[in-house]
Amino acid sequence: MSKFQKKQANTKQQVPTAAMPDIIFMLLIFFMVVTVLREVELQVRVDFTRADNIEKIEQKRLVSYIYIGPEILGGGRYGDTRVQIDDALVDDIYAIRRLMYDKLMEEPRLIVSLRVDQKSEMGIVSDVQQELREAGTLRINYSTLRGDQAPM
Amino acid sequence: MKLKKRSREVAEVPQAGMADIAFLLLIFFLVVTTIDVDTGIGMQLPPPPDPDQEPPPIRERNLMNILVNARGQILINEERASIQEVRQLVIDFVDNANRAQDPNLSEDPRQAIVSIKTDRQTPYEIYIDMLDEVIGAYRQLRDEATMQEFGIPYRQYQARVSREDNIIREMYPQNISLAEPDPGS
Repeated sequence: MSKFQKKQANTKQQVPTAAMPDIIFMLLIFFMVVTVLREVELQVRVDFTRADNIEKIEQKRLVSYIYIGPEILGGGRYGDTRVQIDDALVDDIYAIRRLMYDKLMEEPRLIVSLRVDQKSEMGIVSDVQQELREAGTLRINYSTLRGDQAPM
Repeated sequence: MKLKKRSREVAEVPQAGMADIAFLLLIFFLVVTTIDVDTGIGMQLPPPPDPDQEPPPIRERNLMNILVNARGQILINEERASIQEVRQLVIDFVDNANRAQDPNLSEDPRQAIVSIKTDRQTPYEIYIDMLDEVIGAYRQLRDEATMQEFGIPYRQYQARVSREDNIIREMYPQNISLAEPDPGS
């Protein structure tokens, strides 16, 4: 009986903590690399729609976004459907042509990701598409979630 | 003597707090990070229309007209259809040469064109559902073709070959035309 007790009393358990900062730093660096700080302030509401036959955009730096949705007025109210490119709402739909053309000149392999609110009407989406055709930015992507994915 | 002693003093930075600082930064980045992958339906828009050039003639049997109105009702070649039927209808139409060989449907998958037209009031959601079904039909056809030829699904095949060597893609090109919407009522 006493033999058992002695055995237990002698063992000391300690987890080495010397390497902990290294592990933390590794995690830190991973998240620093992965993080994309949101660069635009959304002024329109975009609730994504869902689809099943979708593809991933691998080269994120080629992507330029166009947001289409009801303008956020604050206090839970929404206005008319507007188009937002970068940080500004586009007043004149024909200005998209020039804006996108300039972007295309900077990046010839540009992909335009259309982030459209699911309740928007096709009329404005089509107008934007016509402008994109004129600008020559022909590669587009309708941003959607996967069918079984939870809403963001 | 005094001077000598002073020079021996070693400056020491306390290291105990480093882990805490790292933790703090880690937590900040953890909170800020959104690992969202961009997913969506890729499409290629046609170049702007040339006013001097007439559009190329298309035989009627090679064109599948899908109309979607503002209430989500679907008309395929003048006949009503439901969204669940669309996929099978598109498959039958595109792959007609290898299936039923109906004289009213497409001659060849390469010549088949699926045209989607909406009203201006049609909700975007419904349009995407429609597009999803059509692309799903093409994906199924491509999957069947690669399974038959190489015994692997299309996704694997696509990863193995370059875009130029992709014969399945050539066999079933996604000819989807997005017509300008009707002004509607």
